[in-house]
Amino acid sequence: MANTKEITKDNLLEVRNLKISFKTDEGIITAVDGIDFSVKHGQTLGIVGESGSGKSVSTWSIMRLLPKNSIIDKGSSIQFHRKSGKVVEMTKLKANSRELRKIRGGEVALIFQEPMSSFSPVYTIGNQIVEAVLQHRDVSKEEAEEIAVDMLDRVGISNPRQRFRQYPFELSGGMRQRAMIAVALSMNPSLLIADEPTTSLDVTIQAQILELMNELQEELGMSIIFITHNLGVIAQVADEIEVMYLGKILERGKTKEIIQQPQHPYTQALLEAIPRLDRLGERLTAISGDIPSPLSRPVGCPFYTRCEKVMPGICDIEMPKPTQLSETHTVYCFLHEEKDV
Amino acid sequence: MTPTDLSPKETQAPINQMESEEAQRYYSATQFQLIWWRFRKHRLAQVGAIILITMAVIGLFAEFFGPYTGTTRVSDAVLVRPQAPQFCNDDGCTLRPFIPGVISERNPETLRMETKIDPSVRRDIYFFVEGEEYKLLGKFKTNIHFFGLKEGSIHLFGTDSLGRDIFSRVLLATRTSLSIGIFGVVIAFVLALVIGGVAGYFGGGLDYAIQRLTEIVRVIPVIPLYMGLAAAFPKEWSSTQVYFAMTLVLALVGWPTLARRIRGKLLSLRGEDYVIAANLAGAGPSRIIGRHLLPAFMSYIIVDLVISFPFMLLSETALSFVGLGLRPPTVSWGVLLQDAQTVRAIEQAPWLFIPAIFVVVAVLSFTVLGDGLRDAADPYQVSG
Amino acid sequence: MVKFLFQRTIGMAITMFFVSIMVFVIMELPPGDYAERWAFRKFSGTGAQITEADLDNIRANFGLDRPAPERYFKWISGIVLHGDFGEAFAFQTSVNNVIGQKIWLTLAILFSTLIVTYLVAIPVGIYAAIRRGSAEDYALTVFSYLGFALPNFLLALVLLYVSITVFDSSVGGLFSPEYADAPWSIAKAKDLLGHLIIPAIILAWSATAFQLQTVRATMLDELNNLSVTAARARGVPEWKLLLKYPARLAINPVVSTMSFDANRIFSELPIVALVLGLPELGELLLKSYLDLDMFVAGAILLILTFMIVFMNFLSDIFLAILDPRVKLIEG
Repeated sequence: MANTKEITKDNLLEVRNLKISFKTDEGIITAVDGIDFSVKHGQTLGIVGESGSGKSVSTWSIMRLLPKNSIIDKGSSIQFHRKSGKVVEMTKLKANSRELRKIRGGEVALIFQEPMSSFSPVYTIGNQIVEAVLQHRDVSKEEAEEIAVDMLDRVGISNPRQRFRQYPFELSGGMRQRAMIAVALSMNPSLLIADEPTTSLDVTIQAQILELMNELQEELGMSIIFITHNLGVIAQVADEIEVMYLGKILERGKTKEIIQQPQHPYTQALLEAIPRLDRLGERLTAISGDIPSPLSRPVGCPFYTRCEKVMPGICDIEMPKPTQLSETHTVYCFLHEEKDV
Repeated sequence: MTPTDLSPKETQAPINQMESEEAQRYYSATQFQLIWWRFRKHRLAQVGAIILITMAVIGLFAEFFGPYTGTTRVSDAVLVRPQAPQFCNDDGCTLRPFIPGVISERNPETLRMETKIDPSVRRDIYFFVEGEEYKLLGKFKTNIHFFGLKEGSIHLFGTDSLGRDIFSRVLLATRTSLSIGIFGVVIAFVLALVIGGVAGYFGGGLDYAIQRLTEIVRVIPVIPLYMGLAAAFPKEWSSTQVYFAMTLVLALVGWPTLARRIRGKLLSLRGEDYVIAANLAGAGPSRIIGRHLLPAFMSYIIVDLVISFPFMLLSETALSFVGLGLRPPTVSWGVLLQDAQTVRAIEQAPWLFIPAIFVVVAVLSFTVLGDGLRDAADPYQVSG
Repeated sequence: MVKFLFQRTIGMAITMFFVSIMVFVIMELPPGDYAERWAFRKFSGTGAQITEADLDNIRANFGLDRPAPERYFKWISGIVLHGDFGEAFAFQTSVNNVIGQKIWLTLAILFSTLIVTYLVAIPVGIYAAIRRGSAEDYALTVFSYLGFALPNFLLALVLLYVSITVFDSSVGGLFSPEYADAPWSIAKAKDLLGHLIIPAIILAWSATAFQLQTVRATMLDELNNLSVTAARARGVPEWKLLLKYPARLAINPVVSTMSFDANRIFSELPIVALVLGLPELGELLLKSYLDLDMFVAGAILLILTFMIVFMNFLSDIFLAILDPRVKLIEG
């Protein structure tokens, strides 16, 4: 309710106090618990977290793609700058309304981790790109096909005309992900949400896709939200990073700040889990334990059950408040709150 | 390392210290406890189970619950309508239930014997009354029936054209039909387990041959196939011989579907890590099948068994209905329904269809029970 | 595609070969031999005395004195090479004569039942999945359960009863009396169609119950599929999305189980036909089983099974057309 202030001009998207729950047989499960983030025009926001941290849920909610049993809290706000300059409150849009359909794909596009299952197996790649183009651009079927072939070519698919007529399972994993990107970009979106786009790919292919995405962003000037569990990947593409854990943001800042001066024990642990060339021979440290079930969500800081620097009696009582380390760097941890006091 | 170290129970997830007590209980529960907990949420399946248990008990003690033996004929009570017990009549109400008297007289026009209710006569129903002698469970000689009249006769479901009490006969038929289903399913299951198990475990050429065989049995329309086998029963066979032959026929046609499913499941389990590990550890095939594979899909098998029941029941009913299955004096649901083959039967004596209600209720109960068990037994149905 | 068709045709032939052996075994099962039954039927009531020598003669005539494999070979080659199914003793004529146009009537029943089944099961199954958990979905589940549980002959009897008492006309038979022996005409065909509706509905109920649940389950799976979310994320309108993605895929399992439906229908046909008095193969099969007229029974069992196998062949082809993944596996 408090979030009625207008979106700032540099921001394409501003998400405030986003809280998402799911109705299940076991009761109401909160997947995302009051998070904020924003995406600037032409920039890339990285969201990092383990599976189950709520990163996919929070980005899917932007496009209102969550299943029927989900509830977006009334106090949540998702403001989006449309191409027309109009600002829309996405949470207020009616399901299946025309405006929502225009924004889906046409202004915000989504690519998934699994390029195999995000294509329907019974239609050709071309069919699915043309469908997307016809949905959002005022062109004839022949023109749409031209746009599709051109897009396939631009994302680096050889023999685009032949691939156009092929079925998803006839392409390799890397090819499919390129095709998926082609589908998304053929609709000319201003925001691309990439949900773990490289996770299921080989490391070399992964690098190629990341490079492609960087190139295309420069070329087309769109903004990207890049979701991953791999800090190493995100460092290559993101301008800013948010670290998410169990539905909460634990740390946010410029990529440089997060990678070089991680402040939250969780961020530090994530970084230590990445193999690095300059530290060959050292043992990688895994974070001990599993991410707790959202059903038995810990009270206080969500990470305290696995945190090495846990302070009993402090961390398990309430959620720490944000500590502003620089203009752009914020951390939610009692270790830093204490220093300030 | 002994192969027993590799049983599936040991491969549980590490227990987080933060788990609630309920979750602790969940992780330490055995497979069957888990199934039981989930099953308790299925109201409809429980209703099905209760109905089936009731039917089984009633069938087992059919002679006790029914006031007459199945073959007793009351000559002056042909095609009597069902009689509902009452507590009240013109004279007022009593605690003891009773039925009004029945008089039978010849219709002057059609010259047929017809029965009429005589409200002036009151016949009290008594419980644990002495009646016809029978052997309880085939062993204990007694003449106590659950309920009955001291004079006259009572027919809750009416009588057939020979004056036999349908209620008593339906109870006996329940025993026959359920037991034939049970034997049929058990034999089919043993066949399926051996054949499907062998095919699924060893794979290769043997598997291929058995696969083709089951495919061919499955492609022939089922009831016509049953009929073909049943048509071969010699006319001079006793009803007991026919009864056992029927269970065999049901089983012979029923096993391929079960075998196919067992085989499929075994093939997928064979690739599981713990089975491969047991293999590497030198465990023999019988040990691997018995010790690792069977427990892993025990619940799955039970569900399959329950699901195949309705089919057995319906097949038996259909075959007996057309005269290719069980024969009188054996009474089964299908045999009873032979009397209700024509539209005339419905017009004259719709109560002859009461056995059909038993068939439908039994099949429905097995179906909902099977559905409930399947949901409960599915280990991948993790909610949340 | 040619290779695919060729493979499937060979497969069909092999299956039919084994089926024919099994059918032959069933024909041989009943006690007593064919000659005795033939003679009994032919001479009963004539007062003629039949001696063991007469029987031997008949046996020799029919080749019954030959060993089983030889008889099988004679029987099957008669069918395959000359379309000759043998002699029907109960009718004292050839099996071909007895079966005759009943094949077409049986096919008419099969296809009208399948059409009713799919016309109901596919749209309704899709609807039930979309409205999952609603009152309609629940009612449809009950409808399906009843479809599994109600014996068909009971349904047939009830419908027959209702039609006689309420509409004062019989739904039995396949033709009205005035058309029964008339030559084929448009009016006769119309009459047949009118009579097909009731058996089609009775036979379709259980088949519909199964397919409805299959369509519903596949739909539910597909609705959760990422490709549906992906299409939704591209701004495809909801109705178009449902039809193009999950509904399109929900048809595949229906197509691939067409032969099971045919099997189920033929399985229930004899008894329904008996109750409704339909002059087709199922009813004849039942009668010939009761008469132990095994040449007729064997022929019908073989024909019905062949229809099922052929349906399987058709569904393989349809599936290959519908689902591009199938071709890939076939290579």
